[in-house]
Amino acid sequence: MGSLDAQHLREKEVPDFETEPFVEGPPLAERRLAVITTAGLHRRSDKNFSLEDIGYRVLPGDIDLSDIVMSHTSVNYDRTGFQQDVNVVFPLDRLRELQAAGEIGSLAHYHYSLMGAGWLPHEIEPTCVELAGYLKEDGVNAVLLVPV
Amino acid sequence: MLISLVREHTEQMNPPRALWVPFDLGRPMGAPDEPDFQRRVLESGLSLLAEKSGPVLADFPDDAPGSKPEDMSGWVCPVNLAPADADEAESCLRAQLEQEMTALQPWYDLQLEQKGRTTVGVGADNIRDSAKLIAGFLEDPSIDSPCDYRPLALMLKYNAEDLKAWYFEAATAQPGGSGRELADWFWKATTAGKSLLQLASTMRACDNKGLQALGTKGIVPRAYEHLVP
Repeated sequence: MGSLDAQHLREKEVPDFETEPFVEGPPLAERRLAVITTAGLHRRSDKNFSLEDIGYRVLPGDIDLSDIVMSHTSVNYDRTGFQQDVNVVFPLDRLRELQAAGEIGSLAHYHYSLMGAGWLPHEIEPTCVELAGYLKEDGVNAVLLVPV
Repeated sequence: MLISLVREHTEQMNPPRALWVPFDLGRPMGAPDEPDFQRRVLESGLSLLAEKSGPVLADFPDDAPGSKPEDMSGWVCPVNLAPADADEAESCLRAQLEQEMTALQPWYDLQLEQKGRTTVGVGADNIRDSAKLIAGFLEDPSIDSPCDYRPLALMLKYNAEDLKAWYFEAATAQPGGSGRELADWFWKATTAGKSLLQLASTMRACDNKGLQALGTKGIVPRAYEHLVP
């Protein structure tokens, strides 16, 4: 990472949380897993992420990965990896393989994408609460959070 | 379970289970087209779900394939792009861009055939329209947005991202380039890079606050800011 990017990250406002919630669950081979990415990914036919977009886009579990594009507003991270292989950001092929091998119980019907661009927790919380409800309805009991 | 790219942030926020990975921003699974390595990253992270107490912040031990200085391949662009003639640069930017894209087109097509996918298309259906919009704005910053429901600033941003993506996809038909090598090539050696540097400068000089804001932060990476005229 370049020195300017490192300095920018050091100066970012990072929230402190008052609690440290922690729960146990069943073995991975019995879990149902969803991915939440903050890479601003979506299907080509979806609405692009706009500049101050605290919404989400749905990435269906059976999505064709060649249908995924990225409209994140930040220019300060590498996109060439994603352009060559979507799995470097959204590793659904790898997760499908782990599920087929029996390492993961099942994968969710839906995964979700947000655009992480410096939102503070209280700004993005309503969206996350909404997504938590959808994940529960889907029977999800493990979430893989992937930044970019 | 969280993949962490910035350990200091994760240390402060203390999520229940996190795996810090020593990879570049933009590559949370390490490297493209490295399925075995990606799988190892995932298995390391998902193994934390078995922890009985926390918070847990574990470190992934290995650097991404191809990320060390000694791994640099000496990548070169698949075509020899002639340096722009400084005397003609400003007046002929549109023509130079068109010429450059024509030279790269076979490599973009080859990459598309090999990969079966493209990430280009968030701004316009045709990449030549993206180039024309940017060149047109540089010739006349008072042009209207090509979209009824999106402001010009946002359309310039989306089309600039498409132009970058198109160039990087063409360039990676020649494998082996690191993210840094590809970015250096784009921003320092292509007419498209020069056009986007000029685009940022021109947007910043506009009265419109949206153009100013995106011209300042949304076109040129921090690492190449010093090249903006």
